[in-house]
Amino acid sequence: AGLGPIAASPLSTTEPPTSRRAVTTYNNFYELGTDKADPAENTFRLKPTPWTLRVEGLVNKPRSFGIEELIKLVPLEERIYRMRCVEGWSMVIPWVGFPLAALLKQVDPQGSAKYVEFVSHYDKATMTRGVLDWPYLEGLRLDEARHPLTLLAVGLFGEVLPVQNGAPVRLVVPWKYGFKGGKSIVAIRLVEKQPLTAWMKAGPSEYGFYANVNPEVDHPRWSQATERRIGEFTKRKTLMFNGYADQVASLYSGMDLRRFF
Amino acid sequence: MMINPGSTHLAAIKAALFAACLLPAFLLWRGFELDTLGANPIEAITRGTGDWTLRFLLITLAVTPLRKLTGWHWVVRLRRMLGLFAFAYGTAHLLTYLWLDQFFDWYAIARDILKRPFITVGFAALVLMAPLAATSSNAAIRRLGGRRWQALHRAIYPIAVLGCVHFWWLVKKDITEPLIYTAITAALLGIRAWWREQERRKQLAGGYLPQPPRLTGKVIRIFAK
Repeated sequence: AGLGPIAASPLSTTEPPTSRRAVTTYNNFYELGTDKADPAENTFRLKPTPWTLRVEGLVNKPRSFGIEELIKLVPLEERIYRMRCVEGWSMVIPWVGFPLAALLKQVDPQGSAKYVEFVSHYDKATMTRGVLDWPYLEGLRLDEARHPLTLLAVGLFGEVLPVQNGAPVRLVVPWKYGFKGGKSIVAIRLVEKQPLTAWMKAGPSEYGFYANVNPEVDHPRWSQATERRIGEFTKRKTLMFNGYADQVASLYSGMDLRRFF
Repeated sequence: MMINPGSTHLAAIKAALFAACLLPAFLLWRGFELDTLGANPIEAITRGTGDWTLRFLLITLAVTPLRKLTGWHWVVRLRRMLGLFAFAYGTAHLLTYLWLDQFFDWYAIARDILKRPFITVGFAALVLMAPLAATSSNAAIRRLGGRRWQALHRAIYPIAVLGCVHFWWLVKKDITEPLIYTAITAALLGIRAWWREQERRKQLAGGYLPQPPRLTGKVIRIFAK
């Protein structure tokens, strides 16, 4: 099944995309294995069709969307974004998707909703046991979730999203470390309190709720000042908010980013 | 099974072992040339050289237990080469980090070594390995004397432990692999402790003292010549 027409987006970077081979064989998707090469080899463990995404919680019109509906909800765009992994490497990835804000509008969030929680698919029978407390949970503040850069991706390189990249629908938040982008999402919940994400549970001293790309705040076990762009030989300097500071810095004005890491 | 190979056989065994020890390095080099190391070849080389440093350390530590359990005393004569390969892969691991990973950014490197415990620990392990490698020759053994040489080379025990800690602390979450290395290290060190304890008990039960009694006073000549 194709995705239909895809429009280019002014929010895309002009940097050259990373090779498709690297983007589809070097993945962190622990449900399909903890080695980077595992997810591409274990794609049979996740069936992306049929698929339903529930949008629920503090909303006036909770409902479920089939993946076919989701793809046709609003016109799809290609968004070429930088992706910076917390481990110190980065890529440039041509996603296909639509703003999360468009989906949130459909369900009409209530005034008490302050945060958005993302629940990834987990099947104990076929997927990795242990390592993290499954299912994988991520979260955003509602204003972050509504930001025009925040994307629900359903495609990659102009085609349907491959399983190893989080099929059939995943979150992409380009100014945050890659792990914030929950993969294979089955539920989006609007909630009042800040969600406790999978990585916060696993290592509260190492992974905070915000996880904004920040060269000045090191991971306790490694520096975040530089990164290796996959395909390049020497390291490059990591940019504040992964180079999206102009668009997103205002979301955090007045906040101590060392404390809210 | 060949129990005690002659010198010709041993030379052949050593040559084959030398080639086998070089194989991981060759495969990494070839993988880099042919671009088959995945999307992040520098990470793959760093991981590969690190893995093999730890593996060679454990293989070196396995020599004595193997000898005791099988009675193949000749395997001890392979130990020096195995230990030196551990040091060589460790050096390659450090060079990969300094050159390919950090590109000789000395400020970043110094900060890394001081600020990040897993790098500090790995660096300490390699520094400790250097005097062992430097005193691996027969001449050095003679110069130091067997007892002192042996005491120095027992540093391989803490080095292996540091190697495991280094691996454990760098892993983001899935600790399966470091756990396996740590279990093997524990077994190899544990069996030594066990043997030492057995030896001590045997000596106590046998009623003889581990050290010859210190003689004081007058020496009485028993056998007249």
